[in-house]
Amino acid sequence: MEALRLDGNAAAGLLREVFAAEVTTAVGTCDGCGAVEAVGAVHVYLAAGTVLRCPHCEAVVMKVVTDGERIWIDLRGLRTLELAP
Amino acid sequence: MPIVSRGFRGRRRDDAPRDRVPPGQYVTDDFPVLSAGPTPHTPLDEWDFTIVGEVDEQHRWTWDEFRALPSETITVDISCVTKWTKLDMVWEGVPVDALLDGVETSAEYVTAFCDGGYTTNLPLADLTGGKAWIASGYGGEPLEPEHGGPARLLVPHLYFWKSAKWVRGLRLTETDEPGFWESNGYHIYGDPWKEQRYWGD
Amino acid sequence: MEGTAVLGRLNWQVAEVADVWPETDRVKTLALDVEGWPGHRAGQHVDVRLTADDGYQAQRSYSIASTAGGSRVELTIEQIDDGEVSPYLTEEARSGDRFELRGPVGGYFVWDPNPGGSVLLVGGGSGVVPLMAMVRQRVANGDTVRTRMLYSARSWEDVIYRDELERHDQRVDGFEIVYTLTREQPPGWKGYGRRVDRELLAEVAPEELAVAFVCGPTPFVEAVAEGLVGLGHEPARIKTERFGPTGG
Repeated sequence: MEALRLDGNAAAGLLREVFAAEVTTAVGTCDGCGAVEAVGAVHVYLAAGTVLRCPHCEAVVMKVVTDGERIWIDLRGLRTLELAP
Repeated sequence: MPIVSRGFRGRRRDDAPRDRVPPGQYVTDDFPVLSAGPTPHTPLDEWDFTIVGEVDEQHRWTWDEFRALPSETITVDISCVTKWTKLDMVWEGVPVDALLDGVETSAEYVTAFCDGGYTTNLPLADLTGGKAWIASGYGGEPLEPEHGGPARLLVPHLYFWKSAKWVRGLRLTETDEPGFWESNGYHIYGDPWKEQRYWGD
Repeated sequence: MEGTAVLGRLNWQVAEVADVWPETDRVKTLALDVEGWPGHRAGQHVDVRLTADDGYQAQRSYSIASTAGGSRVELTIEQIDDGEVSPYLTEEARSGDRFELRGPVGGYFVWDPNPGGSVLLVGGGSGVVPLMAMVRQRVANGDTVRTRMLYSARSWEDVIYRDELERHDQRVDGFEIVYTLTREQPPGWKGYGRRVDRELLAEVAPEELAVAFVCGPTPFVEAVAEGLVGLGHEPARIKTERFGPTGG
């Protein structure tokens, strides 16, 4: 049990800045294990930056760092992201 | 500047001597727990610490061997890039100098690697000369898992993301290889006194 | 190379406190005026940012308690001991005070009036806030989906929105609430008096669930989610909103 673990919606505000869209309903495929889940269902950890991890294998799906103006996004752990209206 | 909320102060201390607080930092009495992932729980009988990469031969210590090394108690100030600074933290650990003693290398850089996959990179010179420890105790107690136990890297002169939790070894490298945060926006070196938080700072 | 990526920024807006009232000893609701508020869906939250006069900032997320269509945005906030932001919002903030707010955000944990079956809402402590927005929305819409709420609180005095929940329980068709009071129960209490466990869930959760919304401190949410999965409910039908170690 991870007391610090949050859900994808904890990153929703930050991700809106990145994607210009509501992302928690988007469906992602983990590049680590192939699991398919809504972004709202991922595990979120707030550290020096924001880390999104696959809820099945805990591989890093996304990392987001911001200095308040620039935003850096690492999407290597996300094989595909499907956004639908 | 964003609007100021009347009467908001937060929980920081106002009374710390300014020359001990790096620019842009605030002093806390807490020890905030920040984690990039789930807490690893490697059993001590499976734990080891290794020095690998550009070395003459791999060096390895089991937990018992590591604990048998002479360790020291130090009091240091720590600054996290998320803006909190904590003064006079008491740690117990083995100087990295002791672990590197006898290690032959031409490498100038190091990547610390950890349970859970976290990495951070530094110049080898920043781990030697009494500047870094592998810490297994905090505040007189064994280091708790949420704070990086059983052992973490401790490099007080750089931002705390360099003090990698759950450290399992050092890989010596010819070039500086950006780690978990350094590859995604955080400064490759991270000197709090020069406020080197992000790329380009 | 200079980047010119145009981001659809979700801007920080200014919220002004219009009214503050207590819900329990440790919980208050703030009604906010937010100019240009675009509206929201029940279950969404906002990010709140406070800045001190020396530039020090702290930011937290809070669930919206009010329904869509209201003129004000209501946030219900529990005072956390040694908290950074909640003591300011619950003890200091008064009418006319301003702070920054970003939102609404969250499309995953939102009320759906037609989920195709029963809905279970499970709240621990201040985790009831987004669930209450959903209940209020259900009532305002006149939705008919069968909805059951399981609310875990320390005591009867700690039940947030108690009078309103009791009214809805009695008067609203298809809505019922089950409480479990974990630390202390009033005299004559015939309800549950322990932390939510699998047995309790087995007795309270509908057999067939279209969706469950679970919200509260992370340990609570994980125990409930695991319990529901253990009872055979599909993980994809269990939506969680963890508040972190201490809760909202």
